Amino acid sequence: MSDVIDRPMLDQETTAATRLKIIDCDIHPSIHAHSDLNEFLPKRWQQHLKEYGSHLRTPYIGTTPYPRSSPLIARRDAWPPTGGVPGSDLEFMRKQHLDPFDVEFGILQVLDLFIFSQQNLEFGAAIQRAINDWQLAFWAHRDPRLKASILVGQDGSDLGLAEIERCARTGEYIQINVSPRANEPLGRRRYWPIYQRAQELDLPLGIHVGGYGGHAPTGGGWPSYYCEEHQSNAHTVASNLTSLVLEGVPERFPKLKIVFIEGGFGWIPATMWRMDQHFERFRSEVPHLKRKPSEYVKQHFWFTTQPIDEPDEARHLRQLIEWVGIDRLLFSSDYPHWDYDDARYAFKTPLTEAERRKIFNANARAVYKF
Amino acid sequence: MARHIVARTSEIPAGGNKVFGLEGRDIVVFHVNGEFFALLNRCPHEGAPLEKAACVARLTSPEPGIYQRDRVGEMLRCPWHGWEFAMRNGQSWFDPKRFRIRSYPVAVESGAELQKGPYVAETFPVHIEDNYVIVEV
Ligand code: FES
Repeated sequence: MSDVIDRPMLDQETTAATRLKIIDCDIHPSIHAHSDLNEFLPKRWQQHLKEYGSHLRTPYIGTTPYPRSSPLIARRDAWPPTGGVPGSDLEFMRKQHLDPFDVEFGILQVLDLFIFSQQNLEFGAAIQRAINDWQLAFWAHRDPRLKASILVGQDGSDLGLAEIERCARTGEYIQINVSPRANEPLGRRRYWPIYQRAQELDLPLGIHVGGYGGHAPTGGGWPSYYCEEHQSNAHTVASNLTSLVLEGVPERFPKLKIVFIEGGFGWIPATMWRMDQHFERFRSEVPHLKRKPSEYVKQHFWFTTQPIDEPDEARHLRQLIEWVGIDRLLFSSDYPHWDYDDARYAFKTPLTEAERRKIFNANARAVYKF
Repeated sequence: MARHIVARTSEIPAGGNKVFGLEGRDIVVFHVNGEFFALLNRCPHEGAPLEKAACVARLTSPEPGIYQRDRVGEMLRCPWHGWEFAMRNGQSWFDPKRFRIRSYPVAVESGAELQKGPYVAETFPVHIEDNYVIVEV
């Protein structure tokens, strides 16, 4: 045999009608060409984009975070045959991903132009408006399965709040996205107006890993290797989860739903155990917390599954899922990126039919109210 | 094992590959440095199509900071998560005990030899001056 790993499959035998439809919480569409944004971008900013481009906190001229591991961090088979970059061709995305996997809803996560990391706040705001409009015109309106998020750079919070209002009026966006690499940890009060508005609008807060803040991506400083930096996605999410919980965000906004996207989930149990343990000892330092930290995590936070952890023994993955809580996990593929998870093979541990239904569909349906 | 004539050697360019459906399986044949290798067109990790893999060199390092390349073009790097496999036998470079790509014996035979053998391709145009790639499945 070519392969000795236990390999549970989604049921492919059953007919399409009864097959489990998938809600994929992390699909990356790409801008085919910057000129696609022109219809949504005032002339002044079109010119700016051409002349100055992005001003990010990367140290050298021409420094770009790509390629990482593979050109445009993409699967090598995701380059559309018609040309253009991976994720830029809806037809091809349908053919390669949405149709064969029976994706009922796919949530778009735009990384292009790093709007969360733009240092010029007005330019960042113009780009965020353009990209939010582009998500509807180029994607959601062309394929009703695809759902857009309101992208908001939270460090220019007045501009961000105005953008939330503008987009929320359309009723077409399903969450508000902020960056996990902002100027300060996400629990800090300067960001609370956004959380308050998200709660009032009943839109989940989505936090997708990545971006370039002003700080080293690890607590130990700047890593040498991509392999090393990629680990930091999990640390970054863990520190922001800790910040949100311990600064009292779920206590203050009890209806707020927060979804961490692309941070994986292997680190969650230990983070909860440690927070709870410290809470016993340091309760008097954080008297605004009325419950154990893990209780907030289990009630207010959700986590997308990719990149999935692959312990040596399948039963350990199973254990991990139970510790995190089967109702906390939302399936995501990360299409078309190199660390894409295939819905059929990613979970190398047996799941019951009911559990698969939750992870692949029902949990996301409840969070996003599809 | 059945032997299948899959292509003329000239049909698979050096450094390239071609996929063939043989006995219900997709088999990808690579042409590297004058040799042909046939593998199941499916990564044992999450099933990526190996025809899109990068053909790379084996990169080793006796100590940090020192790098060596060999077996140039003979290592496959999966198009998704980048696991590497030796094309020659399908052996995983990442976790050799648990993962292998199914590999198949490949031979190159001339049209003249084919005519003599039991697999004269009656429905196959044989030009005896050509070489044919034969995969055993
Ligand atoms: S599918 Fe090949 S490495 Fe994951």
